[in-house]
Formats: sequence, structure tokens, C-alpha cells
Amino acid sequence: MEYVIHLSIVSGIVAILGMSLNLIVGYTGLLSVAHAAFYGIGAYVTAILLAGFGVNFFLALLLGMALAAAVALLIGLVLSRFDDDYYVLASLGLNIIIYSVFLNWNTLTRGPLGIPGISRPELGIGGYRFGLTSNFSFLVLTLLCAVLVYLAARFITRSSFGRVLMAIREDEQALQVFGYRTVYYKLAIFVIGAVMAAVAGALFASYITFIDPTSFMLRESIFMLSVIILGGLANTNGAVAGAVILVVLPELLRFVGLPSNIAAQMRLLLYGLALVLLMIYRPQGLFGKYRL
Amino acid sequence: MEENILEIKRLTKHFGGVHAVQNLSVVFARGAITGIIGPNGSGKTTLVNLLTGMLPMDGGVIVSDGATLRRMRAHEARFYGITRTFQNIRLFEQMTVLDNLLVVLTERRVFASLFERHGAYHLKKAEALLRQVGLWEKHNELALHLSYGQRKLLEIARAIGTDARVFLFDEPFAGLFPEMREIVKRQLEALREQGAAVLLIEHNTELIRQLSDYVVVLDSGKLLAEGKPESVLRRRDVLEAYLGE
Ligand SMILES: Nc1ncnc2c1ncn2[C@@H]1O[C@H](COP(=O)(O)OP(=O)(O)OP(=O)(O)O)[C@@H](O)[C@H]1O
Ligand SMILES: [Mg+2]
Repeated sequence: MEYVIHLSIVSGIVAILGMSLNLIVGYTGLLSVAHAAFYGIGAYVTAILLAGFGVNFFLALLLGMALAAAVALLIGLVLSRFDDDYYVLASLGLNIIIYSVFLNWNTLTRGPLGIPGISRPELGIGGYRFGLTSNFSFLVLTLLCAVLVYLAARFITRSSFGRVLMAIREDEQALQVFGYRTVYYKLAIFVIGAVMAAVAGALFASYITFIDPTSFMLRESIFMLSVIILGGLANTNGAVAGAVILVVLPELLRFVGLPSNIAAQMRLLLYGLALVLLMIYRPQGLFGKYRL
Repeated sequence: MEENILEIKRLTKHFGGVHAVQNLSVVFARGAITGIIGPNGSGKTTLVNLLTGMLPMDGGVIVSDGATLRRMRAHEARFYGITRTFQNIRLFEQMTVLDNLLVVLTERRVFASLFERHGAYHLKKAEALLRQVGLWEKHNELALHLSYGQRKLLEIARAIGTDARVFLFDEPFAGLFPEMREIVKRQLEALREQGAAVLLIEHNTELIRQLSDYVVVLDSGKLLAEGKPESVLRRRDVLEAYLGE
């Protein structure tokens, strides 16, 4: 049972990352591989404030979201100068820059040593204090966040704003002629996606209780991309499905009797294989509404 | 109100050594269709690109409703009431026919658009436009699944759906079957009726003769001739520019 709860929590966190990245990549067509940077910002702000200053989780969460928004605004401005392949390369560079900050700002992040002893969230209502220390209560919190992100994504994609995002993906310059200042739309969705990723980061830090920079490397951004490519671009349900599949599927490898170290190796191999097969046989992903 | 809603003065654009548009001055009248003809590469599409800010101009000015513009950016075209279609059709391919229209009908401001959903009002407008060009049955199809002719019609409907007063049509008849040509003709005439300024780029001189109130002939980016279609289309230099290619 604990194991199922654990997988559900991880799936929930990955689903948040998938849904938010899908807004940027699937709907708007901005092929960003910098998403792990904002995930990391949410995680580090939470870790530092919880472990170092005993700040309440929910306050730390809000501050993490705010910092992610500010950084996303800056990064988004830089990225707005690039298109297509250059956009991918620039976002790749920016992910590496943020990762290096996590790795090298020792006084703040403890660098490669990471930050241990991050506490679980605590709710204080009146005089009562209630810690979400059990995994089950943490699952409830994770699912609540995931549902909120899901609803927000649906609200966005069903609005006129959401239609504009898709039109930017299809032909940005033609859209401009119809009176849209597309830069602002791109910035807005980039910031919104980053804020959502920061929520996932805060949950991750508090759940695992230890973080180090390796969780926020370029590799993680690419993992998030595979989640939405598998689930299908421009479909919020697809992002959730992709997250659950990519979290649960590798675990099944253990049940077929593979030792866990080999299973871990196999996992990467499987991701790669799944993506290649998908590109060949079903380029729109499982539930996709858009082909790259 | 002034009669001329759009005017260009000494408009110039070159690509390296190629003078695509040279010192071009033309007045486009409201409630009229201005035909623009000229051999391949004479600068017709470039003119449309300049007028919609899709290319920066190198010299000259655009005068719109009395405002003199030395530069135009793409998103400003709508502000000056200018819209267009594209010679090489540019639809929002992986969006439905309906969404292709709704996007020109709904809110342009970022924040407000987030809190807007298309309502009965937008739907009614989109439906009316799609019915005008015979595409309502296709409204749930992706644009990329339409036939070539239907795609041209959708582009025209999308342009008409904007609240523009200047319409730049870049070869809207090219490759269309006769019944679709009739639909396009009706749309252009309706716009003229409503007092819009319509620019029609077209190689078929018969269509130009039928539809345009005024004709502008370009050759190598320069004004070769202008005037009423009957007289311009009879001029020897105009015929030579065309037959000479
Ligand atoms: N973006 C560009 N970069 C470089 N050269 C260009 C560009 N656009 C147009 N040209 C050149 O400018 C000249 C005018 O081209 P334009 O497309 O305006 O002609 P056109 O009159 O529309 O021709 P057609 O009847 O074939 O559509 C041509 O020599 C063309 O090669
Ligand atoms: Mg042309």
C-alpha cells in the first residue's frame, strides 16, 4: 500500500510538470528544455526556507512560485529573441545556467552536498497544528495541487487566450497581422508554466526531504518532454496519462524479476525506445492534438 | 471623412541588389477595388508585406487616415484597419476551421483574453462568415484537411472577419474553380459596397477588367501605369510588360 501511495505521489508531481510544460510546448509550440530549472527553483526555495528557517511550507511554496515567476519572466524575455532550433538551444543553455547556480552557490544551496532535513508541510488552523507527515496525507495534498493545476490548464486552454496560444504555434507572424502582440502571450504562458512547475518542485522537496542539483538537470527537462510527447501534445489529459505511464511502467520492470540496478538502467533504455517507436508509429502521442 | 483611406508615398524596399519596390506612390480609394497587376517578381506581394508590417520598409511613408507612418509593425496593421490574405496560403493548420475564424473575432489583450470564452455572439458571426463562403459544414475539420480551394476561401473569410477597412487580397482567384471564383467575386463586391478599400492582385486581366475600378501596373517595383481599367489595359507598354515575360 505504501508503495502505491509513493507511486501516486510521484505520478502527481510528474503530472503537474507535464501539464505545465504542455502549455508551453504542446499548445504554444515553444520547445523549451528549461522546465527543470523552474522545478528546481520551487524545490530549492522550499528546501532552504523549510530546512534553514523553519518557514511554513505553504508560505515557502508561494515564495517559490513568486521567484520562479520572476526568473521565468527574465528567461522568457531572453528566449523571445529566438525561434525554432535556436529557441531549443537557448533554453538548453538557460537550464544549464540555473543548474550551475544550484551546484555552485554553496552558501545558499550547499552545492553538490544538497539540502537534507526538509520537513513535511504543517497546517496550522487556530491553535491546532497538523503535520502532513504520513504519506497518505501528503498524497492528498499532492492530488489537490494536481487537480488545481489541471483545472487551471483547462481554464487557460478553453479561453480565447488558449486559442491564441495555438495560433502562435501555427503561424506567429500571420497572427500578428490580425492584431496580436504575440510576445506578451508567449511571456505570459511561459511564466504561468514556470509557476506550476515550481509547485511540483516544492512538493518534491518536501516529500523526499532531501534535494541536490542532480534532480534539476537538463536530463529531467528531457524526461518531462518525453512525458508530454508520449501522452500527446496539446492535450491536458494526455500529459497526465504520460506522467502516470512513465512513472509506473519502469516500476513494473522490477516485478518481472529484474534486479533493481538493472531495472534502473533498463528504464532509460525503455524511455528512449518508447519515444522512437512513438515517433515512427504515432507521432501525435497517445492522446495528442498536435504533431510536431 | 477623407475619401482616401490609404496612401503610399515614395515607398521603397530592396533585398540586397534587388529593388522589389521603388519610389512607389499610390492612393487607394475607399469603396473601390484597386487592381494591381504586373509580371512575376514585379513587387506586388512585397507591397502587401510592407503595408502589413511583415517586412520593414526602407524608405517612403504609408499614410493611413491622415497619420503618416515611417514604419509599420505587423501587429499594428489591424490598428490601421488593414488586413490581408496570403499568396501562399497561411492558415492556422492544426486548428479547426471555426477556430481559424474565432481567433480574429475575439479579444486581443492578453489579460482580458484569459477571461474570455467565445460566446454565442462570436459563434454567430463565425457561422455567418463561413456560410458566406460555403464552409460551415466543415467548421469542425482541421484547416489542413481542406481542399486547396476551400483553404483559399477560409483565408478570405478570415480576412473579412476582421474589422478592417483596407483589404489586401494577394491572388485570391489563383487556382480556383469557376464556382469558387464566383464566391470570391461576391465577397470582393460586397466589401466595395460596404465602403472598404480593396486591393486585388491578379494576373488574369479579364477578372481585373470585370472587378476593378482602378488599376495600378507595377514593373520591377516601379509604377508603370495607373488609371481606369479600360484605358490602362489597352496601353502598349502595359501589354508589353506582360507579354514580354
Ligand atoms: N523576403 C525576400 N527576400 C529576398 N528577396 C525577396 C523577398 N521577397 C521578395 N523578394 C524579391 O523581390 C522581388 C519582388 O517579389 P514579389 O514577391 O513582391 O513579386 P510579385 O510581384 O508578388 O510576384 P508574383 O507575381 O510571382 O507573385 C522578386 O525579385 C523577389 O525575388
Ligand atoms: Mg506575389
